[in-house]
Amino acid sequence: MALFEAQNIDKSYAGTKALDKVSIHVPEGSIYGLLGPNGAGKTTLIRIINRITAPDSGVLLFNGRVYTKNDLVNIGYLPEERGLYKKMKVGEQVLYLAQLKGLSKKDAMDKLRIWFKKFEIIDWWGKKVEELSKGMAQKVQFIITILHEPKLLIFDEPFSGFDPVNANMLKNEVLELKRKGTTIIFSTHDMSSVEELCDHITLINKSKTILEGSVHDIKERFKSDIFEIEFEGNPEALQAEMNENYEIIELSPLPYNRYQALVKLNRVKKSSELLRTVIDKIDVRKFSEVLPTMNEIFIRTVSENPISASHE
Amino acid sequence: MTILGPIIFGSIMVVPIWLTMREDTELKKIAVVEYDTYNKPVPDSVLFFKDVIPNKNNIKFDYLSNIEFDDIKILLKNTDYYGFLVLRQNLISQSNGVVELYANDQPGLYIEQHISKSLQTFLYQNKLLRVHLSPKMISALETNISLKTIKLENGSFREEKLTDLKRGVGYAGGFLIYFFIFLFGAQVMRGVIEEKTNRIVEVIITSVRPFQLMMGKILGIALVGLTQFFAWVILTTGIYHYTANFYLQDQLKKQTEQTAPKNLFSQDSTIDISAEASGPKIDFEGIFGYVHDLNPVLLLSVFLFYFIFGYLLYGSMFAAIGSAVDSETDTQQFMLPVTIPLIVGIMVMMNAIMDPSGQVAYWFSIIPFTSPIVMMARIPFRVPVSELILSMSVLIITFLIMVWLAGKIYRTGILMYGKKASYRELFKWLTYKE
Repeated sequence: MALFEAQNIDKSYAGTKALDKVSIHVPEGSIYGLLGPNGAGKTTLIRIINRITAPDSGVLLFNGRVYTKNDLVNIGYLPEERGLYKKMKVGEQVLYLAQLKGLSKKDAMDKLRIWFKKFEIIDWWGKKVEELSKGMAQKVQFIITILHEPKLLIFDEPFSGFDPVNANMLKNEVLELKRKGTTIIFSTHDMSSVEELCDHITLINKSKTILEGSVHDIKERFKSDIFEIEFEGNPEALQAEMNENYEIIELSPLPYNRYQALVKLNRVKKSSELLRTVIDKIDVRKFSEVLPTMNEIFIRTVSENPISASHE
Repeated sequence: MTILGPIIFGSIMVVPIWLTMREDTELKKIAVVEYDTYNKPVPDSVLFFKDVIPNKNNIKFDYLSNIEFDDIKILLKNTDYYGFLVLRQNLISQSNGVVELYANDQPGLYIEQHISKSLQTFLYQNKLLRVHLSPKMISALETNISLKTIKLENGSFREEKLTDLKRGVGYAGGFLIYFFIFLFGAQVMRGVIEEKTNRIVEVIITSVRPFQLMMGKILGIALVGLTQFFAWVILTTGIYHYTANFYLQDQLKKQTEQTAPKNLFSQDSTIDISAEASGPKIDFEGIFGYVHDLNPVLLLSVFLFYFIFGYLLYGSMFAAIGSAVDSETDTQQFMLPVTIPLIVGIMVMMNAIMDPSGQVAYWFSIIPFTSPIVMMARIPFRVPVSELILSMSVLIITFLIMVWLAGKIYRTGILMYGKKASYRELFKWLTYKE
């Protein structure tokens, strides 16, 4: 079931369309990637999800009901430019922001203590934010975002600016949250993190959705039936098996007398048939389907997408 | 700022006086030497200017006879005299006389003024004596005029008292409001810019409405401002009174006693011909007696009203500006419409303390962008209630309109990045729907 749903969202700013009939369906417990080039409308969509701005038209549903202001306590938001009040003390600030999200002071204190210990920043409780290193400030920000245990978390470019150690820590926390049942939407340019984390994605380009669905489905849709065969033996034996159904599109030698071949399948043939055909002729060491990376899909869709020309 | 402010303000009031006092504590002896018309030193018996310049504030004048002009240099080096004042007896026949003061360093302005003023008075009276005017006639020539203003109010005459004090009160009130609007208005603006560039604003407005956040910022800083204002007032008066009581009181007394230049005719004259002597004496009891005429409760409440609403009006403008820009350096183009009325206000106020019921003062105390400052200059001189109510209502209404407009700009502005906002842009934001 979708925890959050947006249907046919329209939003314009002074005549410029920021979102044009955009729909997303965020299944409960999933990690949902919001992809798109700069200026595509991601931030506008995130703001609509946060109720910072309202759409001109369209329907928003939370948990199957119409999305209202009261649902905001179930949402945690980490904006792209993660700032805090510099002159305020860390402890005062996290308490204040937690209470803004509806936590009682006592609850907030208890939870904060746990998180601050976990991230090893408890010593910084009484320090001013300007004294923190960037990484520590990011940890503080992250804690603020998730402290009230929202059902839906929204991260805008969460990995930008993180060093590898903190990025990895954040990834683990995100996966941990997912395991506990939290639904997470994040917008990103970082395609490797999409591969690693996302179950579902939406690709927005020039205000329109050009791709939506589970990562698996999308990859299935974009795959071109290419199989990688790693083998030992005579490449000509493989070559001999090729016909109108199988075609070697790339053959490259590997060390120790091995070869790697990329074979394209005709639609009518199954991969098992290919394997059956070649297995007696060569010594197959590896046989796998070549799936497009999200990066390839992203670039391909954005650059090829015909509707992108309809604007401007 | 809370502690530093009053110390700075107190110092501004006390330090100049203290500095003058301190200088005076070291005794300065000045030798007065006299030469006749042939530039020969004169003996004691024919000293013409003897005791003409009265001692003042630790400046002592010694009248020496038979000092050769060429010896002054040596004497200046080897005696403890601060300076040698050279007077020539032909001074009496000149209309633009020059006297010379030879000293080791540059004497203070007050020494110079004291010497020339005393000599002038002496020579003036001496010249009158020479044309055979009797001391009585001379004293009869002097007339002191002080103007007393009586206003017709509600059918009866009322004397306007303590005009200078009232002007001072008006000036101080207007200036304080001007100062606080700038100080705390800019603080609102900086706060908004900080929240915006941080994007913490995006987190907060998922919990509160933008208008609430803006008003919270403006009101919060208003309370900071009021607290600071009262802290300042209490601390400044405290510091001033403390130093004044312990330090300046005696000095002040001494000063008034000594300012009177030596009067040639003081012995035989029943009429005090020296206006100086009676003029600047400050009657402290008198001031406190008349403060009731200034009505401190009315003054303070009117001050607080204009203080708060003036700040709120400008605070909302500052908040709107803060929301429209990405950094403080971009604020300049929007600052002009805010700073110009404030500066006009302070300029008109300075004129209004001189002419509190004039047309200019009237209109600028009604116009809401200047009224908080200008009304302060008028209020000690009694403003008709109807005018006060008009001015206050206009201010409140303008504030409400302004905060509504500012809210609209703010709502859009805090979410706009990288776009250079223009006035046209701001105007467009006003029309956006939520």
